[in-house]
Amino acid sequence: MEALKTAAIAVLATGTLLLAGCPNNDNDDNDTTTRVSYEVTVANLTTSQPMSPLAAVLHGGSYAMWTIGSSASSGLEQLAEAGDNTELLAEAGSTSDNVMSGNGLILPGQSDTIIIEADEATDLALSFASMLVNTNDAFTGLNARSVASMEVDTVQTVNLRTYDAGTEANSESAATIPGPAGGGEGYNPIRDDNDAVRGHPGVVTSADGLSGSALAEAHRFDNPTARVTITRLQ
Amino acid sequence: MRQLLPGLVAAGALITAPVAAQDLTISVTNLTHGTYFTPLLVTAHASGNHLFQTGQAASANLQAMAEGGDISGLSADMTAIGADNVENPAADLLGPGASTSFNLTNSAGNDYLSLTAMLLPTNDGFVGLDSLSIPTTPGTYSYRLNAYDAGTEANNEVINGGGTPGTLGIPADPGAAGGTGATGVTTTEANPVVHIHRGVLGDSNATGGSSDLDSSVHRWLNPVAELMITVN
Repeated sequence: MEALKTAAIAVLATGTLLLAGCPNNDNDDNDTTTRVSYEVTVANLTTSQPMSPLAAVLHGGSYAMWTIGSSASSGLEQLAEAGDNTELLAEAGSTSDNVMSGNGLILPGQSDTIIIEADEATDLALSFASMLVNTNDAFTGLNARSVASMEVDTVQTVNLRTYDAGTEANSESAATIPGPAGGGEGYNPIRDDNDAVRGHPGVVTSADGLSGSALAEAHRFDNPTARVTITRLQ
Repeated sequence: MRQLLPGLVAAGALITAPVAAQDLTISVTNLTHGTYFTPLLVTAHASGNHLFQTGQAASANLQAMAEGGDISGLSADMTAIGADNVENPAADLLGPGASTSFNLTNSAGNDYLSLTAMLLPTNDGFVGLDSLSIPTTPGTYSYRLNAYDAGTEANNEVINGGGTPGTLGIPADPGAAGGTGATGVTTTEANPVVHIHRGVLGDSNATGGSSDLDSSVHRWLNPVAELMITVN
């Protein structure tokens, strides 16, 4: 019980400090908007699929990073085929001021943490995407998860599945796999698959009899391929 | 200010009103097609304790569970920190499609639930649950559990009786659908920390090939188990 009391005092003390700092969080004279921020940690749960740098955005109801059954944006295509988040972040940036790139590749068993902030809004949602680089056009991510009602210091943990951008056939040939298993081409604007974002069927690999596949059995994956932990900081 | 106050209130509530002891009825169902669960360890424990964590190296006792189905070390670990354990509720293997139901009374403060059992036949695969916040409102709650790879042994898929930690190979196939004479799928483990299992490969050659597992019997997709918790 002593430890709990100490913890309670610490919470109260922290609260006092934070309260003293309110409500000016944006260093200007405009006090009508409140800034909110979130720590976002994405863990790679796969055996052997490095994940490309995150493209993350806090946005309102008018933006969707992707829609199941609909054609991928050019930015999502470039992320899913080449692991390049530049165009996807630019697209998101046209409707939101709150876009952020991850710190780099997320290797299997590793994680990446970013802190992203925005003006408080009742429809505030988090989206991000990351390519599984030893594939043709597989990506994992979070699609418009509401974070608006999260209280400070609360946490959401979400397991993430894998999607197929539908922009490149899943040949698994070395020439079309940009990751270390292939060393081939990344982005190609030709769309030679079904041109719709869908759940990913998984990779077949040469070990399971796909002729010409550059992938080995260790590149197989099951869902979830990643896990995100979202903590509201302020 | 608006966003700070609810956080303080919530923290205060946790500190002044710890959850009392609960009577839980728990069932675990094996959802796989041809994979057995070795004896389950189900444990209610305090926040911050773990049987395993993704992204972290397996403990020696987790390795013993994942490679050979031995839960004695993990159980002792949890007993030492005051957890409430249920060991081996199915009284041996829990086969594909089978369920086991049991009671667990968790004492005040032990308000997180974790679970492990080895997946047989695999090298070091296990079904797991890491620190689920146990519901407090009476009712029945359903969860789906995934298969993990302990990261401690290469998934060579050779059935040779090897269940001792550090001994490469699969102890047995309880369903007797396995083959013999496999050369081995791989000799390396690419990810040495606990991660989601990529599934077994298997093959269709019962007396050779790369795997002693049958690709039409032993494969699975997540989730591999259903967990039902009834808060009485």
